[in-house]
Parts: sequence; C-alpha cells; structure tokens
Amino acid sequence: MANRKKTLVVCVSAAVLLVLVTLAGLFLTPMAMESNLAAKNQVPSLMHLFGTDNLGRDMLLRTLAGLSTSIGIGIVAAGVSSLIALILGTAAALGGKKVDACITWMIDLVMGVPHIVLLILISYALGKGFWGVAVGVAVTHWPSLTRVVRAEVLQVKNSSYVAVARKMGRSPFYIAVHHMIPAVLPQFVVGLILLFPHAILHEAAVTFLGFGLPPEQPAIGIILSESMNYLSLGMWWLAVFPGLALLGVVMLFDLAGQGVRKLVDPARAQE
Amino acid sequence: MSAILRNLIKFVVLLWAVSVVVFLLVGMSPIDPVQANVGQAAYINMSAEKRAQLASYWGTDLSIFERYVNWFAALIQGDWGMSLRYNAPVAQVLATRSLNTLALMLVAWLLSGVIGVVLGVVAGLKRGSWADKAVRGYCFVLASTPTFWLGLLMLMVFSVWLGWAPLGFSVPIGKSAADVTLLDAISHVILPALTLSIVGVANIALHTREKTIDIMESDYIRFAQARGMSRMQAARAHGLRNLVLPAITLQFASLSEIFGGSVLVEQVFSYPGLGQAAVTAGIGGDVALLAGVALVSAVFVFGGNLIANVLYRVIDPRIKRGGDAL
Repeated sequence: MANRKKTLVVCVSAAVLLVLVTLAGLFLTPMAMESNLAAKNQVPSLMHLFGTDNLGRDMLLRTLAGLSTSIGIGIVAAGVSSLIALILGTAAALGGKKVDACITWMIDLVMGVPHIVLLILISYALGKGFWGVAVGVAVTHWPSLTRVVRAEVLQVKNSSYVAVARKMGRSPFYIAVHHMIPAVLPQFVVGLILLFPHAILHEAAVTFLGFGLPPEQPAIGIILSESMNYLSLGMWWLAVFPGLALLGVVMLFDLAGQGVRKLVDPARAQE
Repeated sequence: MSAILRNLIKFVVLLWAVSVVVFLLVGMSPIDPVQANVGQAAYINMSAEKRAQLASYWGTDLSIFERYVNWFAALIQGDWGMSLRYNAPVAQVLATRSLNTLALMLVAWLLSGVIGVVLGVVAGLKRGSWADKAVRGYCFVLASTPTFWLGLLMLMVFSVWLGWAPLGFSVPIGKSAADVTLLDAISHVILPALTLSIVGVANIALHTREKTIDIMESDYIRFAQARGMSRMQAARAHGLRNLVLPAITLQFASLSEIFGGSVLVEQVFSYPGLGQAAVTAGIGGDVALLAGVALVSAVFVFGGNLIANVLYRVIDPRIKRGGDAL
C-alpha cells in the first residue's frame, strides 16, 4: 500500500513538474534571452538565484527555458520511439519468421553502434537543429523496448488462453483487444516512461557536443558547453545549477518509471 | 565452431550495413561540407571557381553513390581514404586516436569494474544497512547524471580549484612526443577515466548487489553455514567465484556505453581520442573519417558482446543468452 501511495505521489509530482516547466519555458524564453550587461557575471544571489552569465542573462530563467526545450524533445522522442517499438515489436512477434529475423537484424544494427555516434550522424544528416535532435533520439531509442514488446506479445500468443479463445471462434480483433493489449500495455507504459529520461539525457549530450539546438536557443546542453569557457575563471554557478536541474528532472522520471514498473510487475515488486 | 563462423559473417554484413548507413546519412545532409570546413567568413570571400576546386579536391562534388563506390573499392584494398578535416589518411588518424581512447577506456573499465563489484558485494552482504542504502542511493543518482556534466564538475574541482590535475589533453602542451613521460600520460588520463568510472559503477554495483543477495540466500551457502563456516567464510569460498564471472561478462557487454561516455568525456577534457575525432568529423561532414569511426566503434561493441557471450557459455552452460533487455 505504501508503495502504491509513494508511486502515485512521484508520478503526480513528475507530471505537475513537467507541465509547469514546459509552460514556464514558453513564457520565459524571451526573458531568458534578454541580456543585461550591467548585471553580468554575478554570483548567485537573492536577485539571481542561479547567478548571471557573461551577457547578464539570468541563469535561472535560462535553465527553466532550457529544461522546457529538453522536455519537449523528450516527449516527442519518447513518444515516437515507443510507437516504433510497439509496431515493430508486434510485427516481429506475429509476422512470421522472416519479418522477425529482419527486425531482429535492425535491432542489432542500431545497437551495434554506440548511440552517440548514430546521434551525431543523424543530426548532421538533418542539418542539425531541433528536428535533427528530436528525430535522432527518436530513431535510436526503440530497440530495447521493441525487444520487450516482442517477448511479451510472443508469450501471450503462445499462451493457452489465446489458443482457447481461438478454438472458441473469437476473431483476431477480439483477441487483440481483449488479450494482447491488456497484457502488453503495462510493460509498454513503463517502457515509455523510462525512455523519457534517456531521451532527455541524450538530447543534452548531443547539444553539448554541438550537434543539437543552435546556440541562440536556450538548452541545457548549450548552457553547459558555454560554461566550459568560463570554468577556468572560477564561474562555477554556470555549470553547477543547470546540471543539477537536469539531474533532478531525470531522476524524478526515473523514479516514476521504476515505481510504475513495481506496480505492474509483481515479480519485481519484491525488491 | 560453425556458430563462431556464422557470427563472424553476420558481423561483416553488419559492418557493411553501418558503412552504407553512414554514407546515406551524410549524403542526405543539407550542410555544404566546403562551407562547413573553410568557415563562414572565408566562404563568403571565396570565388565560385575556388569553391568548386575545393569541392573536387575533397571529392564532395561527386554524388554520394559515387563516393561510396570509390570509398568501398579503396577500403577493400586496405585504404580507408583521406580525412578532410585532419588532412591525413583516415587509417593513421584512427590508429593514434584509437590508442588514446583504448587507454582511457581500459582504465575506466578496470576502475568501474573493481569498484562496482566491491560496492555491490558490500551492499549485498549487509542488505538493509546504511552501507547498502548509501550504495543504492549513489547508483540511483549516478544513473541519472549526465556524464559530461560530471566531467565539468571534476574539471572544476580537481583542475581549477585544487590544481591537482592538468586542464585537459592527453599530454602536456608544447612537449614533444619523445619527452612525454609515462607519468605525464597517466596524469592526463586519470581525470577523464575517473569521470567515466564514477558513472559506470552504477550498473555493475546494482547487478552485483542483487547477485550477492541471491547467492547468500542460496542452499549451498546455507549448507556451508550449517557445516560451521561463518557467513564471511562461506561468501568467500562459495560466493565470490559465482559473483565475479557474471560481473566480468556484464562489463564486457557494457563496452558500448563506456564508448558513448568516452565521446562526451573526451570533448570535456579535450582528450584527443576517437570520440573527439567523431565530433570534428561530424561538424565538417568528413564522411571517410565518420565511416571509419563508426566502423571502429562497431568493432568495439561487437568485440565486447562476443567476449560476453563466449564467457557466458563458458561460465554457465545453462544460459544460452542473457535476458533483460531494458
């Protein structure tokens, strides 16, 4: 019971944070780009909780705006890649030997090269920018979830209750709606939630390397890569707070995903 | 025997597919490689003939299909092509940089493996204690930490504030290669390697912890204790061997992640490895170098997985393949 309550609290606070930061980002982005040279390079204070950068931009606003961009990309990427995973996983399980072999081979191909190298390539192919990252993260994160969906669908397909349903003359549509979806959905939702922090981390990483969002857009990766130039001057706040904010968001969603997994997967609940 | 051969053929086909994907993606790009390489200002001041001349010099005026055919024909003869960013043969760039990356990854791999197993065993043996909670908390936080951010923090603390470690690169600046001592090389590799290990520990420690708990509750440990061995003696005599081998296997399988992490860490520490070459090549659309890096990284990953699979079979004949994909 306590477990259930805790998960609920984490999930609700994650969702609230998600909405708040995204909305805040929409309103704050113009303010975050405003420079004020009279207040540049300031140490964190009550006026500027996260300090200011070399153009006098408030780092708290920039961090919030950056997080909002990250969350946007995270949602698009996690949504698209889980959809890919659902389609491919189901196809692999139900489509016969050849389809299965083909999809397994595609998984091997994507898993065979480190994600970050693929992300660099895809981002370059799409001319960098928002779509470069979003598409890149979306098309590199489906393999692990595809395997889960495939295994799950296979298990249901070979189960005796599906065999009974078939013998009783149920249509494939009926079996899909009443047997497949309820069995696969929980794992799928867990996978979707757990993809999200991954997607955000990779977005920040690619942007940090210079392949993601353009420098004028507020993004955590950009902020951190800029902060490298001021590190030797001792301006620690440029790197510490935006990174902590990113870490916080990622941890919260990880926690939410793990919590939901414990609820839907009784085998793992005995942790 | 035939399984190994089949795997090898599969791997060669995979490598070929990787090279096709690299060229396809680079060919798709709207970015003009000439402009990306000479820089905005120089590009504007350049005459059209000069641009065309550069494009034909770098071979970027050909269609991507022709470039692929040329590259592939050369590759079969052992020529990896010329890197347009480094103005040197790709094979040479890859060779020196692979060595740097290998050194970095090896140190990180060993450190994270040893520390991870030790932390995991301690946490597993003292399940529920403050040590267990600390290890689990550490793993949970570190699993969500962006590697490059951790690198920035390390750089800030150990190089800028404490002045213990150099600010980057693989050797001291301005020193000729002959004068570089082993100590120099180690002092430059230690901080990036430490960053990678701190992140890498999380996975292996959690895995070892669960394994330790499983083993300590197993019948053979209980029987050993019933024979009069203490918990620690039983763990050392019967537990350790069952623990360490799967951990080694897991470490081999995680080479892909360590490689990905090293790309980021190399960028933070200006460490001249493969990752930095990939980033430079990606910025300039250096297709030969990109293909080279992608192939080498695929070999790294495949090698790691192959060793992991073989070890799995050697250690535990019951397991054909490891299970949890997520």
